[in-house]
Amino acid sequence: MMKNVMNLEFSALSQNESFARVSVASFIAQLDPTMDELTEIKTVVSEAVTNAIIHGYDNNPNGIVYISVMIDEQFIELTIKDDGIGIEDVEEARQPLFTTKPDLERSGMGFTIMENFMDEIEIHSQPGSGTEIRLRKHLSNSKMLCN
Amino acid sequence: MSLTIKLEIKQNVLCIRLSGELDHHTADELREKVSAAIERNNIQHIILNLDQLSFMDSSGLGVILGRYKQIKQVHGEMVVCAISPAIQRLFDMSGLFKIISLEPTENSALQRLGVA
Repeated sequence: MMKNVMNLEFSALSQNESFARVSVASFIAQLDPTMDELTEIKTVVSEAVTNAIIHGYDNNPNGIVYISVMIDEQFIELTIKDDGIGIEDVEEARQPLFTTKPDLERSGMGFTIMENFMDEIEIHSQPGSGTEIRLRKHLSNSKMLCN
Repeated sequence: MSLTIKLEIKQNVLCIRLSGELDHHTADELREKVSAAIERNNIQHIILNLDQLSFMDSSGLGVILGRYKQIKQVHGEMVVCAISPAIQRLFDMSGLFKIISLEPTENSALQRLGVA
């Protein structure tokens, strides 16, 4: 299979979180992922999009969240981007249970989950110039071997 | 797909049955409904039945931890039951099982809290 790309952009509204993860899952379904892999991808999309809405845009619905998915053979690269406030200290933000919004009952587990469910994570962010999260994963091809 | 929340009270135990998807969007409603039910009915313990929950992310962990803190103030306990392997991974990752107990079924959860 050749390289295949899908791009999405939508308003920073919480009702779009479900739309985002389902859309990405539908697109990667053509790679015949396992149920576990599909759940992992849906979960990381949900985490990154939720971060963009709550932290990047501080729940301002005028913000736009961008998702780009590239698939190539059994490889997936997900990019989730916002033009929001950015992250002051990326290393601190990656710590398990760290959150800037404990009053909103945020668990501080978003980045930890992204790191655990994907093979690689890159976080590009600067205060005032938005955040771009790049996530990569190789799918197991156990299904193909079984055929 | 949204979240359906069913609440049942047995003595001082609030039984919460969730079906659908628990994310940032649906977490607010869960927080409001459960907080109100705890306050209105002198609830001490919570049973969280996740049998029909098809999706959860870290926003779910946040709202669950928030309710745990709420019942901890009245020296209550929280028991989670019928959890799927995918959602159990999130609980394991966050260390929530250090403070919240796990039971296979709602019945065994009720027994644990002495209201079966």
